[in-house]
Formats: sequence, C-alpha cells, structure tokens
Amino acid sequence: MTGDLIFILLALLTLVPAVWVVLSRNLVHAGFALLFTLLGAAGLYASMAADFLAVTQLMVYIGGVLVLVLFTVMMTHVPRGRENHGLDRYVPAAVFALLVFGVLYKTITAVHWHAVTPEAEPTIARIGTKVMTDYIFPFEYVSLVLLAAMIGAALLTREYRPTDTEDAPSDAGEDAEVAS
Amino acid sequence: MNVGLPHYLTVGAILFALGLFAVMSRRNAIGILMGVELMLNASNINFVAFSRYVENAVDGQVMAAFVIVLAAAEAAVALAIVLAMYRNYGTANADIAQRLKR
Repeated sequence: MTGDLIFILLALLTLVPAVWVVLSRNLVHAGFALLFTLLGAAGLYASMAADFLAVTQLMVYIGGVLVLVLFTVMMTHVPRGRENHGLDRYVPAAVFALLVFGVLYKTITAVHWHAVTPEAEPTIARIGTKVMTDYIFPFEYVSLVLLAAMIGAALLTREYRPTDTEDAPSDAGEDAEVAS
Repeated sequence: MNVGLPHYLTVGAILFALGLFAVMSRRNAIGILMGVELMLNASNINFVAFSRYVENAVDGQVMAAFVIVLAAAEAAVALAIVLAMYRNYGTANADIAQRLKR
C-alpha cells in the first residue's frame, strides 16, 4: 500500500512537470520544470532498487546537463512569449504523439509479462563487475566518445577569428629567412 | 493496485510521448533538446524497469548508465552547436538555421 502511494507520487512528480516542460512558453520555466522531472525519474529508479542509477541521475543530469541547459537558455536570450504560437505545430505534434503513446500503451497492456519480483539488493558492486567484464569494450568506447564530445564542444564554441589564416604566410616567410 | 512492470512502462510511454510532442512542436533548439532529454529518460525508465523485474540481472541498469553518459555528451555538443548558431544567426530558432557555414 505504501509502495503504491510512493509510486503514484513519484510518477506525478515525473509527469506533471514534464507537461510544463513541453507547454511552457518561457524556456527558463521549462528548464526548472525539467529539474523536477529528472528528480522524479531518479526517485523512480530508487523505487525500482536501482540505487546507483538514482545517484548517477542526480549527479550527471541535475548537476551537469540541467545546469548546461539553463546556462545556454540564459545566454541565448529567448524572447518571452514568442516561442510556440499557432496551432499549426501543436495539432500534428499532438496527433503523432498520441498515436505513438496509443501503440505503446496497447503493447504494454496486450503483452502478458512474465515478471518476477526478486529481492532488492545493492547494485553498485554488481554493476561494477558487469562493466569491468561483459561491458569492458563499450565502457572504453564511451570514454573515447566523451573525449571527442569535449573536444568538439570546445571547438564549436570557439570565437571565430578570420586573422588566423592570414597570419600563416608571414610565419612561413620568417621561417624561410631564418633558414637562409 | 499492485505496482509492477506495466505501471513503470506506462509512465515511460507517457514521458516518451511528451518528449516527442516537445521535439515536434518547439521552435527553439533548446526546447527541442529538452524534449530529447525527456525521451531519453523515458527509455531509461523502461531499461531499469525491465532490469528490475527479471531475476538477477543488472544489464538493463548498465545500459541505462551508458544512456546517461551519452545523453550528457549529446547535451554538451548540442548546446555548443546552439551557441554557435546563436552567434551566427542571432537566434536559437531551429526553423531559421539552414546554413552550416557563415
């Protein structure tokens, strides 16, 4: 009974702000609503005995991604109220989203899941063993992806300086003089 | 009501539909990115739910951890692109961006 109540509260904490994320005209408000959605998702992980993932969600999403999103929203200065007007985008988007949800819900209710409920136990040690044995190659590969993303983000946000290319010939000239 | 796998999957499906709606209806690139984050979280909830209701398995949780890592990398690169776009166009509106170079 208590478990049901906790699940309902966490699901509401996840879904109600998610509606606000989707519909809010002010992107800063949407960003703060996203904070509660991510918190609710972390709570759902915890209620499914995924303790490591709940903490990771808090650290990476709320501590990293959300701060990044909010900073970008504030740096790009979105004009208020100009975002999302007109039914021309809402109607097809709503129809398609409802269609996808209908298919998903139909599948969820139609399939007879052979679900068992094992005892909840700490997962950190087991996840660590899995990552270091079965998933060692994806683990190393993901570190490479992170490195590439870091370099790419730094390159993309670099200030564009046209003089960089014009300096090159004069450097070559000096080198030639030194050589002679 | 006994909370089980279908309930978590339903929450995931609703979250995915909301994210899809945001991706399709938002004009601002950051709003689209928020929708993508919602969809990634929905998929993560499904991964963890399937991992929870199978005997002695954490593979779903490992996969969800990879999704979180890739979502962070994606957010960093996407927001860098949004900033570069804002510098070139003076707006973060995804409808306007058509050129890759200046």
